[in-house]
Amino acid sequence: MRTSGRFLSVLLTGVAALSVCDPALLAEKKSSVPAHPDDRTIVHVLNRIGFGPAPGDLMRVRQLGLQAYVDQQLQPSRLPDTAMAAKLSSFETLTKSTRELSNDYFLPAFMARRQQQQQQQSQDGTMNPGASAREMRAPQRLDALRGERQVLVELSEQKILRAAFSERQLEEVMVDFWFNHFNVFAGKGQTRLYLTAYERDVIRPHALGRFRDLLQATAESPAMLFYLDNWQSSSPLENAMTDSSAPARNPFRAYPRRMPGARPGIGTGRPATLADPPPAAQNRRPRGINENYARELMELHTLGVDGGYTQKDVQEVARAFTGWTIATPRLGGNFRFEPRMHDDREKVVLGHTIKAGGGKKDGEQVLDILANHPSTARFIAAKLARRFVSDEPPKSLVDTAARRFRETDGDIREVVRAIITSPEFFAPAAYRAKVKTPFEFVVSAVRASGVDLTNALPAVQALRELGMPPYMCQPPTGYPDRADAWVNTGALLNRMNFAVALTSGRFPAAANAPSGDPEQARTAIVNGALAGDLSESTAATIARATETPQALALVLGSPEFQRR
Amino acid sequence: MITRRVFMKNGGLALVSLGFAPAFLARTVAGAGNPRRRVLVTIFQRGAVDGLNMIIPFGERDYYAARPSIAIAQPGSDPGAAVDLDGFFGLHPRLAPLKPLYDARQLAIVHACGSPDGTRSHFDAQDYMETATPGVKSTQDGWLNRYLHAREHEAATPFRAVALSPQLPRSLQGLEPALAIGQIGQFGIRAGEMMQASFEAEYAAAAQGVLHQTGREAFDAVKMLKNADPRRYQPENGAEYPRSPYGEALKQIAQLIKADVGLEVAVAESGNWDHHVNEGAANGLIANRLDDFANGIAAFVRDLGDRMSDVVVLTMSEFGRAVAENGNRGTDHGHGNAMMMIGGNVRGGKVYGKWPGLAREQRYEGRDLAVTTDFRTVFSEVVHGHLGLNDTRPVFPGFRGPTSIGAIG
Repeated sequence: MRTSGRFLSVLLTGVAALSVCDPALLAEKKSSVPAHPDDRTIVHVLNRIGFGPAPGDLMRVRQLGLQAYVDQQLQPSRLPDTAMAAKLSSFETLTKSTRELSNDYFLPAFMARRQQQQQQQSQDGTMNPGASAREMRAPQRLDALRGERQVLVELSEQKILRAAFSERQLEEVMVDFWFNHFNVFAGKGQTRLYLTAYERDVIRPHALGRFRDLLQATAESPAMLFYLDNWQSSSPLENAMTDSSAPARNPFRAYPRRMPGARPGIGTGRPATLADPPPAAQNRRPRGINENYARELMELHTLGVDGGYTQKDVQEVARAFTGWTIATPRLGGNFRFEPRMHDDREKVVLGHTIKAGGGKKDGEQVLDILANHPSTARFIAAKLARRFVSDEPPKSLVDTAARRFRETDGDIREVVRAIITSPEFFAPAAYRAKVKTPFEFVVSAVRASGVDLTNALPAVQALRELGMPPYMCQPPTGYPDRADAWVNTGALLNRMNFAVALTSGRFPAAANAPSGDPEQARTAIVNGALAGDLSESTAATIARATETPQALALVLGSPEFQRR
Repeated sequence: MITRRVFMKNGGLALVSLGFAPAFLARTVAGAGNPRRRVLVTIFQRGAVDGLNMIIPFGERDYYAARPSIAIAQPGSDPGAAVDLDGFFGLHPRLAPLKPLYDARQLAIVHACGSPDGTRSHFDAQDYMETATPGVKSTQDGWLNRYLHAREHEAATPFRAVALSPQLPRSLQGLEPALAIGQIGQFGIRAGEMMQASFEAEYAAAAQGVLHQTGREAFDAVKMLKNADPRRYQPENGAEYPRSPYGEALKQIAQLIKADVGLEVAVAESGNWDHHVNEGAANGLIANRLDDFANGIAAFVRDLGDRMSDVVVLTMSEFGRAVAENGNRGTDHGHGNAMMMIGGNVRGGKVYGKWPGLAREQRYEGRDLAVTTDFRTVFSEVVHGHLGLNDTRPVFPGFRGPTSIGAIG
């Protein structure tokens, strides 16, 4: 799983050669990465640009050099990750297209549910559904329903496995960051059909790319179009649409009147029978503008709530995005621009005039305006600084990162580089300044323990108990990245319980936590994961444990390990 | 950073046997400086209950015209008929266990109640109701959490706000600490006394700050509950809770109230109300769900006995269902609905709210029960009239409507 030393040196040469010819790198040569870091500094970096140290990481980074490690992490595509690919090879849904997922999993489950309902009715004697040629037998129906749940289960497992075992730690941090920034919720209607492709094809390729590209990719993603309702936002003008049988008006009409219920496989905190029906079942929504996406695009994706836009801007942006819709949501169809839904008149957005007749270009112009706006540079810079440095990042750092955002035309890699090589990043005030989110805690505990999970489902379930189930954040804000959101009594106890479960060998794993001499195991994890930096009291408490699993649990459940 | 309160500064909790603990009770009362705290219990009927078949407007001809196969008959006409309340409205027959509460003026109903937002999406409507900001999706905190924030006080315990569910519902999310507990019997470190003591020692010695404080609260909470011994709880007055997750949740809320652990707000979930197909009438899907719903509330009220004077139960659902039944003998998503308030100083025995009528031109968008009372009016009334918060505006940002319908006081 780990990259060999020889491999690293080859790579390192590549990185060094590249840095000479990359103009972006030349522009920002200052780096505060220490040349001779102590253990705490290395652990700090591993905790911030990744999900914490795994056994042996400290040594490896020291040999490689901290600056080289940082540079390597900033170029994930050049970093081989074959063991990760092997670990994910048994998952059957991760590489499928949305259309395939729809055909193979979601439609069969829909049919199964409908047949179940019909059967229930005929048993009650109130309806006579008649036998269908495509009738499934009960075991087939159960299989279909299980298959549907499998899609989200596999996606959730891969998120944890990648974060825990990928060599490309920074890339995983950034995928998590951007998914959360452009959050969509698996429990809202058809969004779940599109999740796998959303993370894989929309978020991941741009995680360290250009912000403008990422912004457009999300704007055109069916996941976002569905989640924030833009797919049904249409011009209220008569002339925008004339043909009442146009597919754009009612993309559901070719399908059964009831849509599959939103039964996400993983806890929604809501009853599993809940379903948002398609417009057909709601007697067709009135045509008109839906401002939801326009508002969140400015408030949450780009400018920030105080970024200087007005309600009038929201309305204008909403008009610009009319017609950005989904071809056939029921079947996992793609993005489509539908001219008949588009309001093609002139718009004025943040003082910029968008001329009439632009069609799909209206929305693209809005994205240009927003991506180039200074508020966006600042908003993204501050959010990244909060992730990498502290809940209240120093103003000087946010300034630096925002300037870098503008200088590089929103090159995310360079903004991140500016942050993680800054003096503020290495300042004593930043050390252990962050309380881990539940996701960061669970993944860092897996890494520190050396447990080689073969099945991440118990970890997914733990995240549900900790209040942070993957892909299940309902509001468009995403999960918060601040200590006060995550430190509460119930969740803290659950962290300790997770530490106990993980170290006691209860999880399916190819290799478990060390079980030999407690003294040796304790020293290894305390030094490797916490750079030996424990309070006297914690150290004494751990030293009293006579069994290795207990000692390890007391390390992972300790107050020190809740911070990064 | 939020304000964290020190939980029970003078310790000694381990010696206190809860539920039989006059000493502890006295101390809590002394610490708070006021009498026994008021408690609000909310029940969310997720999936949009069919309010017109829950609280039946049997005086409406249009009700029967629109629902040929699922209407509930007028009172007295057959065994599955509505239970008459006031000559116009009646309870679904399976809500009969609530009739004595209505007669004793403990139960108030608000009909044609709901959101000013027209969404028929479960998720959006639940979100709007739980944040109490209809039409605004970016609200971060829930209305119950904002209430807690407006009423911060020194004697708050970790059990101040509890959801009997695996995850914290939206209504309780926010700055103030709130607990989500699936089963109160399983609250704690599931690895034995030694491990619990070790973890406790680690957090007791942690640097001052959020982890130290929360760790201490957590272990105090564990001890409080352990002494309450949830597995041996016996409901009083012959109360029998339904053996459903919902019934279990209400039972545990009653237990927390009686254990005097500082509960002020509790949330219970009642799911599976989305009856698009084969809804049934006096029997069938909705009847079975109402059975569970009503028996849970009736058992809760019976179990708490006199303590109900401190407690209000508030029921809600994200929206109502269409007036007319659909082609599958079910109902599709609608608009206005009915809410209930039970206990405390509720002025019960009455169906509140202006009735808009069910004729087509009286309906919302020609199809649904119109909304004549904003749900935030009812929320405001509970927050002010029952919980005693004077200024409810911070809890309901942007709301300018009436803050009372006169159902409490």
